[in-house]
Amino acid sequence: MKILVCISHVPDTTTKIKFEGNGDTLDKSGVTFVINPYCEYGLSRAIGFREEGKNVSITALSVGGPEVEPTLRKALAIGADDAVRISAHPNDSALVARQIYNYVEGKEFSVIFTGKESIDFNGSMVPGMLAEYLGWSFVSFATHMEMTGEESAVLHREVDGGYEVVEARLPIVVSCQKGISEWRIPNMRGIMAARKKPLAVVSPSEEVADTLSTIKFDYPPAKEACTYIEPDNAARLVDELVSKGLI
Amino acid sequence: MSVLLFAENSQGKFKKAVFEAATYGFELAQLLGTNLEAVSIGQIENAELEKLGTYGVSKVYRIQSEEMDAFANTAYAAGIASVAKSVDANIVVMAQTYNGRAIAPRVAVKLKAAPLSGVISMVDPGNGFQTAKYSYSGKGVESFKSEKDSLVITVKANGFHVAENPQSIAIENFEYTPAASELDAVAKEIVKASSGISLTEAEIVVSAGRGMKGPENWGMIEELAGLLGAATACSKPTADMGWRPHHEHVGQTGIQVAPNLYIAIGISGAIQHLAGVSSSKNIVVINKDPEAPFFKIADFGIIGDLFDVVPQLIEAIKKAKVSG
Ligand SMILES: Cc1cc2nc3c(=O)[nH]c(=O)nc-3n(C[C@H](O)[C@H](O)[C@H](O)COP(=O)(O)OP(=O)(O)OC[C@H]3O[C@@H](n4cnc5c(N)ncnc54)[C@H](O)[C@@H]3O)c2cc1C
Repeated sequence: MKILVCISHVPDTTTKIKFEGNGDTLDKSGVTFVINPYCEYGLSRAIGFREEGKNVSITALSVGGPEVEPTLRKALAIGADDAVRISAHPNDSALVARQIYNYVEGKEFSVIFTGKESIDFNGSMVPGMLAEYLGWSFVSFATHMEMTGEESAVLHREVDGGYEVVEARLPIVVSCQKGISEWRIPNMRGIMAARKKPLAVVSPSEEVADTLSTIKFDYPPAKEACTYIEPDNAARLVDELVSKGLI
Repeated sequence: MSVLLFAENSQGKFKKAVFEAATYGFELAQLLGTNLEAVSIGQIENAELEKLGTYGVSKVYRIQSEEMDAFANTAYAAGIASVAKSVDANIVVMAQTYNGRAIAPRVAVKLKAAPLSGVISMVDPGNGFQTAKYSYSGKGVESFKSEKDSLVITVKANGFHVAENPQSIAIENFEYTPAASELDAVAKEIVKASSGISLTEAEIVVSAGRGMKGPENWGMIEELAGLLGAATACSKPTADMGWRPHHEHVGQTGIQVAPNLYIAIGISGAIQHLAGVSSSKNIVVINKDPEAPFFKIADFGIIGDLFDVVPQLIEAIKKAKVSG
């Protein structure tokens, strides 16, 4: 079974986000980039299939410039067999989905894992668009996946206050969420092996017009200073909340 | 050209997020000088559909076919796209719910439309449909434009507003029978992990963290939430340790919420936690550590021991209820 894991290259979760100029782009100085945590759940689940004794090959793919290569090496260290970088600027969800689609067409993958969203743009659009371009099934926000046959799987999908049990046909695009697996820490052997694993650079296969463009980034509206209330005066808090119509 | 709302129902009922998306669709239709129409999929009574009229919908197309009683994103997207084409709508609006996120990207591809996801402000039709959404998990706000005038918009829950714009509403059945190939991922069952209030839609969220010391102390959190009609949430470590169910975990790697009021009890306010809750409109923090980072984004703070403060708060609310 051939599995593709899409890896988004994002600022570490502890990053204090700062924008450059008039909010044109992220100020990358001092920022550590990592595998998008949700994509990493997908990678872990793919490795889980191998540990369950299935014959799987795992390709990690990222759309981006040379700066994403260390992130792909990390995916190789965790356990992907090979990696692919599609050399295009990933600034538009339609473009990213289209690029991945062009790469995947005709390559006989059965499962594509993505994150439920990337923690930078939070669009949550790439996986569903990719599934639609491919004409594959799609399960979003998956918290569980087991194969039930050569071409079928059962998944759990997060919904409000619970989960849905979904029966799906392969090939499939699965967007992953916490619960589908646990993150793994690469060991020394994995890190050494990763240096020798293949990382192919693929040029973007066709020009795709961008549909969306960023104008600028702002910070969320600043908060007014906190009003402190004495610990033995919960009644005052209740009065404040009632007078603001909050409770 | 008209604006089409996907009016998602949950077991035959509309939730607030749908009325918020309807309000968005109506205000956009007004800007464009057109009407807001809607498509509904699945079993639903006329009386429920008529509620859409209150929020600006003048006509609703109802797709009811047995195959679509259970959620199937491919078939739902195909049904919506088919209505959009037949009524010549090049803008589709829906709530950014779990199902909305599964369907919107497919509909965008089918209609060759730009996907505008999780918007928090009205698009500006005179200026490349410029609008905004949160980015960097709530740490930034991105303003962006679309090169196309064909759009699929998902509206962030509690990100816009709900307003009544009463219309007389017509209900029409729309024939759509999905092909077998469109039933490639079908919900067989929904397992409810809680009977409580939906976390993403709640007006008030009561959230607690490691300061609670152990799962046995959560009774007062549930009591407080019960009194306020609030949903309960928790920090990541408390879910990881099994003190609380995973579906309550909020933050960057959990559920992102934006309620009107978020009450954080015994949570330090780590950057990853704040990323998922900082768009809450009002924040109350109860923590014994005056240096806890959460106070920086709080509207009201109580520095004190939660085991004293929370029971007092519960009593004060009960009193206010009796007198109010
Ligand atoms: C990649 C990554 C992703 C993450 N994602 C998330 C996420 O999505 N959500 C999330 O929540 N965390 C996330 N975390 C974890 C995050 O960094 C913090 O560790 C976590 O939020 C801390 O949880 P807490 O506030 O409950 O616990 P602590 O940080 O231990 O805070 C407990 C607080 O309770 C207070 N307290 C203790 N006793 C009392 C008392 N008696 N009365 C009043 N106050 C008291 C303390 O002063 C303290 O501030 C993530 C971490 C990483 C590395």
